[in-house]
Amino acid sequence: MTVLMPESLDEACAMLAEGIAKNGEAPTPIAGATDLFVEWPLHADAHSRSYLDMSGATELRAASIEDDAVHLGALTTYWDVVVNHPLVAEFPLLLEAARQVGSVQIQTRGTWAGNIANASPAADGVPVLMAYDATVVVQSEARGRRAIPLDQFYLGYKKTQLAPDELIVDISLPRGLRSVEIFEKVGTRRAQAIAKVGLAITHSEAGWRVVAASMAPVVTRCAHVEHMLEEQKIVKTPQDFLNAIEADVSPIDDVRSNARYRKTVMSRLLYHDLKARCAWIE
Amino acid sequence: MRRLEGLAKLTGAERFIDDEPFEGLWGMTVRSPFPRGRVRELRFSDSIDWSEFTVVTHEDIPGANAVYLMELDQPVLAGEYVRHVHEAVALVAHPSRAMAREAIAGIEIIVDPDEPVYDYRVTPDQSQVQYGEDNILKRLLIDKGDVEAALAQADHIVEGVYETGAQEHVYLENQGMIARVEDGVVVVRGSMQCPYYVVNALKHALGRAEHEVRVIQAPTGGGFGGKEDYPSIIALHTALLTLKAGGAPVKMIYDRSEDMAATTKRHPSRVRHRTGLDAEGRLVAQHIEVVMDGGAYVTLSPVVLSRGIIHAAGPYACDNVRIEGRAVLTNAVPFGAFRGFGAPQTHFANERHMDVVAKQIGMDPVELRRVNLIREGQTTATGQVITGGADRVGLMDRALELAQFNEKRREHDSFNVANQYLRRGVGLATFHHGAGFTGSGEVYLASRLLVEGLEDGRVEVLTASTEMGQGMLTIFTDIASQALGLEPGDIVLRDPDTSRAPNSGPTVASRTAMVVGRLVEKACEAMRARLGVDKHTRGEELKRAIVEWRRQHPDERLVGESQYEQPPNVNWDDETYQGDAYATFSWGAYVAEVEVDLRTFNTRVLDFVAVQEVGRVLNETLARGQVQGGVVQGIGWALLEEMRTRDGAMINNQLTNYIIPTSDDVPSIRVEFQEEPYEFGGGGAKGLGELPMDGPAPAIANAVAAALNVDPKVIPLTSERLMELMETVATS
Repeated sequence: MTVLMPESLDEACAMLAEGIAKNGEAPTPIAGATDLFVEWPLHADAHSRSYLDMSGATELRAASIEDDAVHLGALTTYWDVVVNHPLVAEFPLLLEAARQVGSVQIQTRGTWAGNIANASPAADGVPVLMAYDATVVVQSEARGRRAIPLDQFYLGYKKTQLAPDELIVDISLPRGLRSVEIFEKVGTRRAQAIAKVGLAITHSEAGWRVVAASMAPVVTRCAHVEHMLEEQKIVKTPQDFLNAIEADVSPIDDVRSNARYRKTVMSRLLYHDLKARCAWIE
Repeated sequence: MRRLEGLAKLTGAERFIDDEPFEGLWGMTVRSPFPRGRVRELRFSDSIDWSEFTVVTHEDIPGANAVYLMELDQPVLAGEYVRHVHEAVALVAHPSRAMAREAIAGIEIIVDPDEPVYDYRVTPDQSQVQYGEDNILKRLLIDKGDVEAALAQADHIVEGVYETGAQEHVYLENQGMIARVEDGVVVVRGSMQCPYYVVNALKHALGRAEHEVRVIQAPTGGGFGGKEDYPSIIALHTALLTLKAGGAPVKMIYDRSEDMAATTKRHPSRVRHRTGLDAEGRLVAQHIEVVMDGGAYVTLSPVVLSRGIIHAAGPYACDNVRIEGRAVLTNAVPFGAFRGFGAPQTHFANERHMDVVAKQIGMDPVELRRVNLIREGQTTATGQVITGGADRVGLMDRALELAQFNEKRREHDSFNVANQYLRRGVGLATFHHGAGFTGSGEVYLASRLLVEGLEDGRVEVLTASTEMGQGMLTIFTDIASQALGLEPGDIVLRDPDTSRAPNSGPTVASRTAMVVGRLVEKACEAMRARLGVDKHTRGEELKRAIVEWRRQHPDERLVGESQYEQPPNVNWDDETYQGDAYATFSWGAYVAEVEVDLRTFNTRVLDFVAVQEVGRVLNETLARGQVQGGVVQGIGWALLEEMRTRDGAMINNQLTNYIIPTSDDVPSIRVEFQEEPYEFGGGGAKGLGELPMDGPAPAIANAVAAALNVDPKVIPLTSERLMELMETVATS
C-alpha cells in the first residue's frame, strides 16, 4: 500500500496525473477514509492500492456563506456543518442528515465530498445536497475547474462524471427561501444504520425537489413525483404515489430490505409528510 | 461490592487473548463451500510453496475424529463427508497471518454433492435423510393427564402457530485460542465458558490422558452460550496445528465475519399450540408441539429441546398437558447454546398465544394470566409441585403497577385515534426459568470446588467457573469474603486453569451463583474444619490461624473441598420426563410499551418494566445489568436481528448488515427484584442470567398486537414482516 500526502490542492492534482501517467491508474483520494475502512477487512485488493491523503490540502477545509450561495470545501466534515449554526439555520436538512451519518466519530471524519464521490446509492448526505440544488466543482491539472450539477453527477451504479484525474474541490448550494424542507432516513435501527429508504424534499421558487436514496442504483431526483406535486394532483391515499414512484426508481431486494417495502414506505412517507403542508393531499 | 475487573476492562488494561504478545504461527481454517457431499480430494495450488506452511487434515488427528459432546457425530475436521457450508476441512499455519489467509484460498475442496435439506419444518425426501430414518435428532414427550379428553369437554379451543428466528450472540470479543506444547503437555489458552468441555474434547480427539492436556481460560469478552461448545473446536484446531508444528505456539483468532458465519446461533423454532379453556378462562388442556432446527450435527440440540419443552406450557397450572418436541437435522451451520437455551423460543410462543387466546375468548389478557398463574402447591407440566418463591400474581401486579399498564391502555386508546400514523400499545409477559442443569444434570455433573488457605493468610478459590462479563469474579469473591469474614482483597481468584482447578461444571444454565456459589460457601466451611476452627473464627483471627497452620504443616496444602449435593426431595425421571425438572425456578413479569410508525412499520420500544424474583440478589448493580442486558438482547431478537442465509449459512455476517440494537433503540428499563432467599443457593441466590431473555420478545410482540390489533406470530418482527402482516389483515 502506498499513501501519497500532498500539501496543497495543486500538488494533489499533479499526483493524480502522475499516477495515471506512470502506473496507468490514479491513486484513490481519501479524506476521512470512513468508507474505505468499512470495506477494509473484506477487500484484500484494497490493501495493495495507492491512496492520496487529501488532509494536507488545507485550503479545501473552509465552509463559507456568500451572497448568493454557500460553499462547502471538499474537506468539510459532517461535524463542521453540525457546529456551523448560521449555515444550518439556513439549510436545516444538512444538520438532520449529518446527524444520521454513522456515529459521532464518523461524523467528525467523514466529508460531504467523500459522500458524493463514494457514490453509494444509500448515501445520507447526497440526498439533501441534491434537494438543495447543489453544484459540484471539480478540478484537474490538465483541464482546470468545471462545475457539475449534483443531480447530473451520477451515471450509474458507482459511476460518476468525475474523471480519474479530477478531484472534488467545492460544493455550492444556492441561497433562497424554501417553503418545505423534509429529510427522512429509514434504517433498521434508529442510529448507526444504513438507509433502507432515504428521502429529501424541498420546495422553493425553483419548484419541488424530491430526492430518493437506496431506491435506485444512484441517489436520484424523482421527476414524476415532482411533477405530481407541481401539478397539485389530488392524492387520496399513499398508493396514489406508487405509479410515479415506479416510474422514477427501481429498488431491489437485498440483504437489508426488499423492493416492495422500499416503494411502500416511500409512498407512505410522501403522503404523511406532505399531507399537513399540501391542501391537495387529503 | 464493585465489580473487581471493571476498571481494567473500562481502561483497556485487561488483556484478552488477542492482546497477548505473541510469537508463533497463525492458524487459519479451510472451510467447505458445499452444504452436503462426499469429499473427493483436497487440491493444493501449485503457486504456493507449501513447505513454508503447517497443514493439517483429518489424517493428522491422533485420536478419534469427533468433537466430544453429547454424540460423537461431528468431526474435528471433515474427512470423507461434509454436512454444512463453512465446515472445517483442513487447517493451515504460517508465521505471517496474511500468508496463512492467502494459503487457505489455495486449497480447493472437490466434493460430489448430495441433496441438502434446509427447512426443518417439512418432512425430508429420502435422498435428504442423514440421521436415523427421518433426520429427527431427538424426540421428547411430556404427558400429563388426558389432553384429548379435556379438549373434548373444553368451552373454548384456541390454536396458534408461532415461529422464532436464529440469533447471533455478538459477544464483543471474537473467538480466539492459542495452543502450544510445554513439557509434553498440550496447553490451550483462550476465550471460553467451559474449560473442562475443552479438556474432554482434547483428550478424546488427541488420544491423551487428562494430565497431558491443560486448558486455561483467558479473560473473555462475552459468551452468551456462544462460547459453551464452539471453543472446543478452535482448541482442537490450534492443538492439532501445534502438534504438527513441533509444539510451536499457534494462534487462531476468528475475525468478525468468520465468527458470525462459522459459529453457532440460537435454534430457530416453530411451536404449535392447541389450548382448551373452561367458561371462566381456566386452562383445561394444553397441547404443544415444538420443532427446532438443529443444524448439521447433534451438538447440544437434545438438551436445548429439553429445556424448551419443559418451559413450553409457561408458568401456569393446567391438569392436562401434552408437549411433543423434535429437534431436526438440516444442512445449516449447527445451532447451539444461547442464553435461555430453548426456553425463550417456547416462552415466546406461549406468551404470545396467551394474548391470542384472551382476544379470541373475549377476556382481558391480564385476567387470563391471573386465573391461570401457578399457585403454591400446584404442579407444572412435568408434575413438579411448586413451593416457595415469589407469589406469581403479586409479581405480575407489581409489574403492571410500575408500568401503569391500565392507565397506558386508556391513554393509548385516545392517542391512537388522534395520531395520523403513530400507534402505541402495551404488552405483558409472565414467565419462569429453571435454574441450573435440567433434571438429574447437576447430579451427573457432580461439580467440585476447592478453597485453599495460602501462606500469607489469604484464601484462594479454585474453580473452573469462568468470568465472561457476567460477574462471577465479584460474586465468588463476595461469597467467600462473607463466609470467612475476610476483606475482598484477601480472596484470590485466578484465571481458571484445569491443571489447578477442579471441574466445577460449565459456566452455563444460570447455575454459577446458585450452584457453584453454594460450593464456595461449603468449601469455606470445609477449610475451617480442616483448620480445626468453627464458624466464629473470622477475619484477622482466621487469617492468623491459616498462617499458623501453614507454618506447622510446611509440606501440606490447607484445602477445603466441596462437591454438589442435590437438595432434598428433588426427584426426576429421565424416561417419563416427570418430576422435578429443576431444583427451583426464577419468576418474571415484564411489560413493554411500544410505538409503531405506520409510515415505515418501524417499532420502537418506549418503556420497559422488568420485575422478577431470583432468590436473594447478591449484587444489585450486577443483577440489574444482567436484566437490562437481557432485555436489550430480547429487543434485538424480537424486532431487528434477522439471520439471512444461503445454502444454510449466514450471508449477513457483518455488523453492518446484522443489526443489533444501539443505545438509541433502548428505552429506560426499570428493573425491580422481589427477594425470596433460596435455601440451597449460594448466598440465597437462584438463577438470573437467562431469565431476562425469556420475557422481552413476547411482551414486545404483545404490545405491537395491542397497538395495531393484529397478531404477529413470527419474530423477528422486522418492519418488512410487519408491513406484510398489516397488508394481510387489510385484505382479509
